[in-house]
Amino acid sequence: MRVSLKEKLSLDFVTTVKAIGWILVMGWLGTAPAHAQLRIEIVDGVEGATPVAVVPFVWAASQQAPATGVADVVAANLARTGLFEAIPRSQLIERPTEPQDVGFGAWRLVGADYLIMGRVVDAPDGPGLEIEYHLVDVNAETAVLSQALPVRPGGLRFGAHRVSDAIYEALMGVPGAFATRIAYVVVQDSGTDDEVFELIVADADGFNPQAVVRNSEPIMSPAWSPDGRQIAYVSFATGRSNIIVQDLYTGQNRVVSSSRGINGAPAFSPDGRFLAVSLSRGGSPDIWLIDLETNDRRQLTRHWSINTEPVWSKDGEVIYFTSDRAGRPQIYSIGRDGAGLARLTFEGEYNSRASVGLDDRFLALVHSPGNNDFRIGIYDRETERLRVLSDGRMDESPSFAPNGSMILYARRDNGRGELAAVSADGRVRQRLVNSEGDVREPAWSPLLR
Amino acid sequence: MNTGLRFIATVALALVVAACARDVRDEPVAPSAPADGGISQTDRIDARDFSDARNLENPDSILSQRVIYFEFDRSDVRAQFRPIIEAHAAYMDANPSARVSLESHADERGSREYNLGLGERRGSAVRQLLSAGGASSGQMEVVSYGEERPVCRESNNECWQRNRRVEIVYTAR
Repeated sequence: MRVSLKEKLSLDFVTTVKAIGWILVMGWLGTAPAHAQLRIEIVDGVEGATPVAVVPFVWAASQQAPATGVADVVAANLARTGLFEAIPRSQLIERPTEPQDVGFGAWRLVGADYLIMGRVVDAPDGPGLEIEYHLVDVNAETAVLSQALPVRPGGLRFGAHRVSDAIYEALMGVPGAFATRIAYVVVQDSGTDDEVFELIVADADGFNPQAVVRNSEPIMSPAWSPDGRQIAYVSFATGRSNIIVQDLYTGQNRVVSSSRGINGAPAFSPDGRFLAVSLSRGGSPDIWLIDLETNDRRQLTRHWSINTEPVWSKDGEVIYFTSDRAGRPQIYSIGRDGAGLARLTFEGEYNSRASVGLDDRFLALVHSPGNNDFRIGIYDRETERLRVLSDGRMDESPSFAPNGSMILYARRDNGRGELAAVSADGRVRQRLVNSEGDVREPAWSPLLR
Repeated sequence: MNTGLRFIATVALALVVAACARDVRDEPVAPSAPADGGISQTDRIDARDFSDARNLENPDSILSQRVIYFEFDRSDVRAQFRPIIEAHAAYMDANPSARVSLESHADERGSREYNLGLGERRGSAVRQLLSAGGASSGQMEVVSYGEERPVCRESNNECWQRNRRVEIVYTAR
């Protein structure tokens, strides 16, 4: 049974819960955005960003070419990192599609360090397309990378993100995070009788925003499953907090926790089997583990204080969480078996809502030195130093990119929520501008393969 | 009377009480206290009669006040709000069918899930005082909304003060 879009966006929670079978991802490329799209602006880039020329790809496929080509997407992706500078199209002196066609002397005059080129052809077998692309080092006069990437029908834009990932990895030595998605909550008509909370999933560059759930009651705390197929979130649709797990592809969802009190802060384990959550069924919020296969639940912390915002270590053995057991909120860690409780942060009056970086060395968190300002900090577990990365007064909800390069977070500007991102070294800053609504609680997906 | 009938009678009484309490000026006066507390048939409302449901809407009665405010990152109920809670505890004691939802809130500062916990802590503090004043635990439910339902949306002290609150919401009177 396929449910219509109108029903899909119904405010009726029961309909939403029961709607089985609608397809969220109807070809991630090509569907008109149903919502205002985020536009990413660079606030601060890196001094001496690497100049890159991205030549428009030749369209040699039988179907019609899209308005936005592969080269446009790749150039925008690289420029958005602040580490690269895309040479304007008007300065592209020739249009090679293969490394042997490149006149290196002329490209050196233009100032390009690297050249990206290619073409789009029909897939040699079956439906879909293939993107052939080359990354050329202009100074060394060599091809750094030459590959062909098969693309599913309707998946050209996502294919362009994967090309960007491969190029980024070839140049930076770490994988890119372009072929990923972000989830966030937007509140429309905030503060009015028409107030509506929406859980949105969009491509990492803000394109293709799709509403996953819509409700007049609050939606909170979206968290991705490790395979990027499911999102866990907190819904107040019944008038109380519930934890829901929703499949993005089938639309199926189920309530995994609705006990008395708070059901909050879901976080998938790295193997996707468990959900760490915060439940106050025992009187105050404690960390619990829910086995998503058996529905067994086990209590990890037992303390009268607030224990919430659990996140998993990369190996799934340790859980980092926020607790105010010492008076004010600080980050603690505990083994998944409930043993080995330790306090991690001591600097400042307020540290909460940790997000784990590429490995467990870096934790992004909400930090306040005690002056009423809340900023995004990064805590280095090796040096035990905390560094403030953002400059707002009401910054929150940090979420690491799956490659550890950027931290997405929420800030407030003139009473309205918007998203921003900062590189883990603090040098690159982006604003994700939304034309409407109050945007909050971003969550960056894992790498999607 | 069997339990089923008693339940229906209780619900019916609660509905009558609720209907009357909605607007004390226009609605005819009807029995407003449970049978064991005696039935008041007078037109005059005694603002200090905390068993009288009409006082929930009577601006002269402290029972019409239902919001408790808190200090930043605190959940202790300040002395000035205790009389409000005591009045509602007396009402709930006198009206066993009354039910309240203690909708608890935090200001926008700090992280959202932590604020959910902070809101609940405030709701629990109010519940404890209501309980001490005679309300039974089955009459009360704490629902924390954290910072998700502000009444004021600017980022300043005045707004934050108004948002750090517990609202006593009657779901049955």
